[in-house]
Amino acid sequence: MAENQIRNININFGPQHPAAHGVLRLVLELDGEVVERCDPHIGLLHRGTEKLIESKTYLQAVPYFDRLDYVAPMNQEHAYALAVERLLGIEVPIRGQLIRVLYSEIGRLLSHILNITTQALDVGAMTPVTWGFEQREKMMVFYERACGSRMHAAYVRPGGVHQDLPEQLLQDIYDFCDPCDQALDDIEGLLTENRIFKQRNVDIGIVSQQEAQEWGFSGVMVRGSGLAWDLRRSQPYECYSDLEFDIPIGKNGDCYDRYLVRMEECRQSLKIIKQCIEKMKPGPVSSLDGKIVPPKRAEMKRSMEALIHHFKLYTEGYHVPAGQVYAAVEAPKGEFGVFLVSDGSNKPYRCKIRAPGFAHLQTMDHFCKGYMLADVAAILGSLDIVFGEVDR
Amino acid sequence: MVDILVTYGIPAAIIAAQSVFLLVCLLVFVAFILYADRKVWAAVGYRKGPNVVGPFGLLQSFADLAKFMFKELIIPAGANKGVFLIAPLLSTTLALSAWAVIPMADGVVISNVNVGILFIFAISSLEVYGIIMAGWASNSKYPFLGALRSAAQMVSYEVSMGFVIVCVLMTVGSLNLSDIVNSQAGGFWNWYFLPHFPMFVIFFISTLAESNRPPFDLPEAEAELVAGYAVEYSSSPYMMMFMAEYVAILSLCALTTILFLGGWHAPIDIAPLTWVPPFVWFWAKVIFLFFIFAVIKAIVPRYRYDQLMRLGWKVFLPISLFWVVATASFLVFTGTVPQ
Repeated sequence: MAENQIRNININFGPQHPAAHGVLRLVLELDGEVVERCDPHIGLLHRGTEKLIESKTYLQAVPYFDRLDYVAPMNQEHAYALAVERLLGIEVPIRGQLIRVLYSEIGRLLSHILNITTQALDVGAMTPVTWGFEQREKMMVFYERACGSRMHAAYVRPGGVHQDLPEQLLQDIYDFCDPCDQALDDIEGLLTENRIFKQRNVDIGIVSQQEAQEWGFSGVMVRGSGLAWDLRRSQPYECYSDLEFDIPIGKNGDCYDRYLVRMEECRQSLKIIKQCIEKMKPGPVSSLDGKIVPPKRAEMKRSMEALIHHFKLYTEGYHVPAGQVYAAVEAPKGEFGVFLVSDGSNKPYRCKIRAPGFAHLQTMDHFCKGYMLADVAAILGSLDIVFGEVDR
Repeated sequence: MVDILVTYGIPAAIIAAQSVFLLVCLLVFVAFILYADRKVWAAVGYRKGPNVVGPFGLLQSFADLAKFMFKELIIPAGANKGVFLIAPLLSTTLALSAWAVIPMADGVVISNVNVGILFIFAISSLEVYGIIMAGWASNSKYPFLGALRSAAQMVSYEVSMGFVIVCVLMTVGSLNLSDIVNSQAGGFWNWYFLPHFPMFVIFFISTLAESNRPPFDLPEAEAELVAGYAVEYSSSPYMMMFMAEYVAILSLCALTTILFLGGWHAPIDIAPLTWVPPFVWFWAKVIFLFFIFAVIKAIVPRYRYDQLMRLGWKVFLPISLFWVVATASFLVFTGTVPQ
């Protein structure tokens, strides 16, 4: 009889929990400290992005993508821009491509540094965060100098990028790479070989290769398990095929391997950034098709045609040929895809967003079962969840 | 009547005055220790730390004190009001009372009892009740988990701490704290951290666990339990919990100084060093230990509950047990058992 009176304890982990990475609410059933059931409740940050995009012109939809994964805004814009460009069938000039790649990699650094340091924070190391944020701050200034905004850039647009970069900015980004590498070394010195950090992460939240495929994982979550799957290599877009970089993979698929993979990807990103700047030559940054890309202000003062284009583009927008397309980029968190259906009008008929975090979060119950309460925070930290994109 | 007053009244008044003086000094010191802790932590993270209130932010803790006192006290509806409010009082009182027997220089102690070390050990064992009561009375799940963790943790680490203390006691042959310090006079080569080095390390780590400091801050781990047993606390009771923690840290640092670092003695008995008052040496050592506490907080991640238990029971306990036997055997076989 006494057995029946023992009852597991149910606790709410979030939505106002410091380790919930935003507005996640996990309903945990605990047997002592051991997790019996882990039930993620999502939707607290749902803003109806996909539906809103249906009533906006193609250009007006761009800023919505900044607000999905707000840790690496330009990577999302990039996926959307690729989708629209594929429907329109236009090419981006090489300088535009390099700038996009450059800023995608800055976005990857932004996201990975945030994730590495918050993963450390979730297991109790409180210093890497401040070290990492110093670097993030510098990168956000690069964002600001390119587009005027630290986070919500609206910089990568269908057809290219909004503005050209000043020469000094490129030089500053180049000069930033080596000190950033040093800072990563410092963070690694504090974490990688730390006994407690290893005890907290090794063999925690193991994802096997098969599980990773079955659950629809992408990005670091599959690479941590040993699958060398990276869209930048397997389906190269933009100019990634001309750049040299390695794809780090893990061995055991545990939280520690994912941490190591992210760390190495940061260094590869720095390498790509340097290559982009070295390859950069003067030239146009966006498509010269006046029906898609708005003219420069100076041109409008002289050319009647440019003025008409400007007026048409900012009122009606451009029409996109009917059809459907799926474009995906290797966002820092995994495969970020945009499925666009066009009916030939100036607005998308449907825009389905595939956010990597959503696929990762669904496995919380599967991976947390049998681990302890403290491991839930560690696993959640290593999944790299941002609620902007999970809830959309 | 007059006799009674003279025999008991006057000493009682003197002791009361001494105690009040000590408490005031101690609490002011805690205010600056708090500030130091934050500054060290900030420096490790390339931050500035508190720098607004007063010169270099020195008065930050007093501003915090005022803030806590003027905040509204919220007692959760489901909480047991009495126990909820007694818990912080208990923590603070116990933490402060440990200082009654800590000698800061030769004869500078409120009560030079012969079982001083046992008194401190008893007090620090009782401190866990403050946390358990706080967690239990809150009638909330996170504090409850925090209280459970804390109970298990403090009990586990006190076992090995006890054995460490036994090692030192056997070498000294006295339970009086002043005697323990005086037996280390002469120079740093007489301090017990050298012959008992493994015990010194274990004791220092156990004090981290005993005072719930990182990497053993499980009862208040913010990544898992948000703030553990303190979740439901606000205003002055919260401040008292917080203060009790720092007073306890200081008393554990003082205990380490007394047991292993020669208390108020200078490291070498030569002229310029002996000019420094013993009192200053004692506090210099305590502050040095606290500095290590603060740096450790900044650089280490947190243990998981089962790892913490394993460290306590499977690593520290066997080593300290072995060391007790080794010390005893050494003393007996070399015929150096203190009389």
